[in-house]
Amino acid sequence: MIINHPLLGPRDAAEFTYLGDATLINRPDWQAEDAAGKFHEYLYLRDNPAGEHRELWFHEQGDRSWLVVTRNTLTHEITKVELARDVALAAGRDK
Amino acid sequence: MSESSRVAGGLVDRTKPLSFTFNAQQLTGYAGDTLASALIANGRRLVARSFKYHRPRGIFTAGSEEPNALVQLRRGAYQEPNTRATVTELFDGLEVTSQNHRGSLDFDLMAANDFIAPFLSAGFYYKTFMWPKAFWEKVYEPIIRASAGLGRLSGAPDPDSYDKGFLHCDLLIIGAGPAGLSAALAAGQAGTRVILADEDFLLGGRLNAETHEVDGKLGSHWAAETAAELAALDNVRTMPRTTVYGAYDHGIYGALERKTDHLATSGDKPRQVLWRIYAKRAVLCAGATERPIAFGNNDRPGIMLAGAVRAYANRWAAAPGKRVAVFTNNDDGWRSAVDLAARGIEIAAMVDTRDIAPLAGLPGALIAMGARVQDTSGRGGLRSFTLSGGQKISADCLAVSGGWNPNIHLTCHQRGRPVWRDDLAAFVPGADLPVGMRVAGAANGALTLGASLSEGWTAANEALDDLGVAPAGAAKPKADDEPAAISAFWHVKESSARAWLDLQNDVTVKDVKLAHQEGFRAVEHLKRYTTLGMATDQGKTANVAALAIMAECTGKLIPETGTTIFRPPFTPVPIGALAGRARGKDFRPYRLTPSHKWAADQGAVFVETGMWLRAQWFPRDGETHWRQSVDREVSQTRASVGICDVTTLGKIDIQGRDAADFLNKVYCNGFAKLPVGKVRYGLMLREDGIVMDDGTTARLGESHFVMTTTTANAVGVFRHMEFCRQCLWPGMDVHLISATEQWAQFAVAGPNSRQLLQKIVDPDHDISNEAFPFMACSEITVCGGTPARLFRISFSGELAYEIAVPTRYGESLMQALLSVGAEFDAVAYGTEALGVMRVEKGHAAGNELTGQTSARNLGMGRLVSKKKDCIGNVLSERAALNRENGLSLMGFRPVNRSDALSAGAHFIARARNAAMENDEGWMTSVAFSPSLGHSIGLGFIERGHERKGEVVRAVDLVRGKDIEVEIVSAHFVDPEGARLRV
Repeated sequence: MIINHPLLGPRDAAEFTYLGDATLINRPDWQAEDAAGKFHEYLYLRDNPAGEHRELWFHEQGDRSWLVVTRNTLTHEITKVELARDVALAAGRDK
Repeated sequence: MSESSRVAGGLVDRTKPLSFTFNAQQLTGYAGDTLASALIANGRRLVARSFKYHRPRGIFTAGSEEPNALVQLRRGAYQEPNTRATVTELFDGLEVTSQNHRGSLDFDLMAANDFIAPFLSAGFYYKTFMWPKAFWEKVYEPIIRASAGLGRLSGAPDPDSYDKGFLHCDLLIIGAGPAGLSAALAAGQAGTRVILADEDFLLGGRLNAETHEVDGKLGSHWAAETAAELAALDNVRTMPRTTVYGAYDHGIYGALERKTDHLATSGDKPRQVLWRIYAKRAVLCAGATERPIAFGNNDRPGIMLAGAVRAYANRWAAAPGKRVAVFTNNDDGWRSAVDLAARGIEIAAMVDTRDIAPLAGLPGALIAMGARVQDTSGRGGLRSFTLSGGQKISADCLAVSGGWNPNIHLTCHQRGRPVWRDDLAAFVPGADLPVGMRVAGAANGALTLGASLSEGWTAANEALDDLGVAPAGAAKPKADDEPAAISAFWHVKESSARAWLDLQNDVTVKDVKLAHQEGFRAVEHLKRYTTLGMATDQGKTANVAALAIMAECTGKLIPETGTTIFRPPFTPVPIGALAGRARGKDFRPYRLTPSHKWAADQGAVFVETGMWLRAQWFPRDGETHWRQSVDREVSQTRASVGICDVTTLGKIDIQGRDAADFLNKVYCNGFAKLPVGKVRYGLMLREDGIVMDDGTTARLGESHFVMTTTTANAVGVFRHMEFCRQCLWPGMDVHLISATEQWAQFAVAGPNSRQLLQKIVDPDHDISNEAFPFMACSEITVCGGTPARLFRISFSGELAYEIAVPTRYGESLMQALLSVGAEFDAVAYGTEALGVMRVEKGHAAGNELTGQTSARNLGMGRLVSKKKDCIGNVLSERAALNRENGLSLMGFRPVNRSDALSAGAHFIARARNAAMENDEGWMTSVAFSPSLGHSIGLGFIERGHERKGEVVRAVDLVRGKDIEVEIVSAHFVDPEGARLRV
């Protein structure tokens, strides 16, 4: 596969390591009510879509950017690649 | 022996005769021959034995689809089994042996299998070997093992080398037949970067096997001229002997280039190169593969595909028979008869299943329209055949054509499904092609020459258009379209004898019918039950006819029956090529520490720790056992001072205004208030509350920290911290960089460590106990101005430091430390002594941080802060991690001090049996403690803290040990930590 890195252009997927579902960005608030339940859901429960999937890839053999890659799990077509940091900031994550 | 079947003409170079041996018989051929064409030219018909029934088999095809003619090439360690004679380029001195027979090829003892064939039909092994149970190990398995496989591996390591490479192009053209050459001309002349790959050593594909004309020239001449024209273009890379074997995601293709297979030796060159080709666009011009018709005893040597018969005559000037007959269901079959007759070869008969007017006059030949071949005879090779009307015709070669299957394989490698075309009676590529791929020529169902040339040209121009490249405007090559009508015909129903579909796996029409009868009707079931389409040829000549017969049985149409899934590789790829250079010591890169060369000079013994090679111990003269070296290193360190290279620990430089807050979130213990100039132990959890890693982090400045990780987790911890930084807390002003390679770091441990360091630390840095207490850190200079970092931390439990210098000074620093340390009898110690001292001190390491242990298990539950947000603190409170009877890390010593403990032993109460339900924990690390004079261990045991002084059994069933041990504190040496602070 080829991942079109937003900063570096098309790079072979072999340069990356895979983490998983991009919802791992949405880490719950540790002081929320039922924090344990929310963390359990955050860490263990995933959708397994046949089709479009947003997922985290780390450019380990490159610039060390974490990317959110939108990939179709049926065709491997990649329709969008974003810097995970931008995605996290847009989702309201800060410090 | 003379080449009795060589005729005039052909594309072999008669000025370059070659000699080779087949089963030790000396034979000759010419440059340009394949092994198969040379064997045919020498009149050799029987070349192999079939897989299951050991039936005599000859050469069946003229290409990579060959199911029969599998042979062993070369000798000794170079021996290569299961090689297709049809794609083996002949060279002088080639040694060939036949395979899969006991006794000689002509009198194979295993041919007895043919007489018990009724018992060996499809799925026989599922039925036969069921009972009695006792027979399995003693009888069935040895028999199956002895019969399995075809050729033999040499058993020696492969002496050849293999390479891997990467290529990029705008347009990849797969196949250099008429469509491929036409496409390459169009794209090459337009100036775009083209790769043209073909599995053959001669470009041209079927043009070299036919007598057609292109642009008024003989096809093979046009192909040679075009190849020369392309070779002159800098933007075109032509790759003969290169099989594009797989189409992968996003325009990536796998290709195997055979560099030296056609030479007697590789010299020091790689034998084959595995290419990964990145292509913006691709045109698949893979041509088509002819398929046979099934009839009784259709597997004898001399029965061949019709297109192959004329390929041998036209291209290689080798006549597959003296008296040849043709059996066809299509117009193309007639061309074999016409071409052979033109070369003066006698045509015995022309048998066409279609009841139409004959397509050509063939003087002297019987022309039978609407007729079928029912059976054949001839032991060891065809002698005659019988028509369905009963007429017997003598012939030594029967050319069979059941039509042509487009080579759609690569179009399906990403789950594209082919579509059926009734007019061709064949599958053609569907609409769902791999990204960027087009298909042209015979592979696309354009089975005639004019259409092929035209499609190749058009596909290339369409690709140029995609890429925004203007076409060159040259003239498109032109040729006529030859007649190619077909009427589907799969097998001769009147045949009562066995009719073969898959020659390589000995699958007959009857086997397919049996599979249907027994319920294995889905194509994937049919394949597994009968073995149809397996092995080196993957059923290239067999599959479609078998599907047609299954369709016939089920009353369905062929497209409803479907095809099995095509997967790479198109033809076999040697494991050696896939491995490339990554074998033996080069399997993966290895990393050397800064003091490696020095340690090697000292005679150190090295151990692999991940990719690193680390000094394990330093044997001295007179030491005959590793324990002697390690005990000395430990004792000398604890008595005076020892030095160890600890560069391999991961080092992460952390800077930014929010660096302290960031560390406070990734470590479960507090870091926000760590003062500048201090080091702190840090415990890192995963989000699930399990310990991920530990280490120390030093604060060198208000916004500058240096973290160490364990050697094993250096990469993973860095990845995790980047995830935290970029994905979880993107608003933090913090930056990370790995500095593992930038700093050489040494542990200097022992009561004399300070005195030793004072000799090399420049005098303006005060490292006295008062000025530089336990857990202090500082940026200093050593040896007259060399920058360094000094940390007062201890893994050994002694007064100790770690000192870091830029990597290039690492080896010098090691030498300097030992040189100035001579007066203290300073000793270099390796990882083994390091391990002994950490066990004596009770520090957890890799054996304890298994990815299953919590902070509480390690006795560090109180480190996990409840007052802040950090990775893992919420889920570390899970009930399962906080059970009252949870495991605790404890020390263990043998009741009988002379017993040697073993890691992996399980703890069992003294009165209980050594059984799973009585398991209370396990020993994780053991060492012989020179300080205590006996074996000691660390381990996890239930409620350990409440059980100090209790004696339990340490049972190691693997090593047959059952030792009584006392539960003690994990801190065997200096439990109060007094030595650290002096």
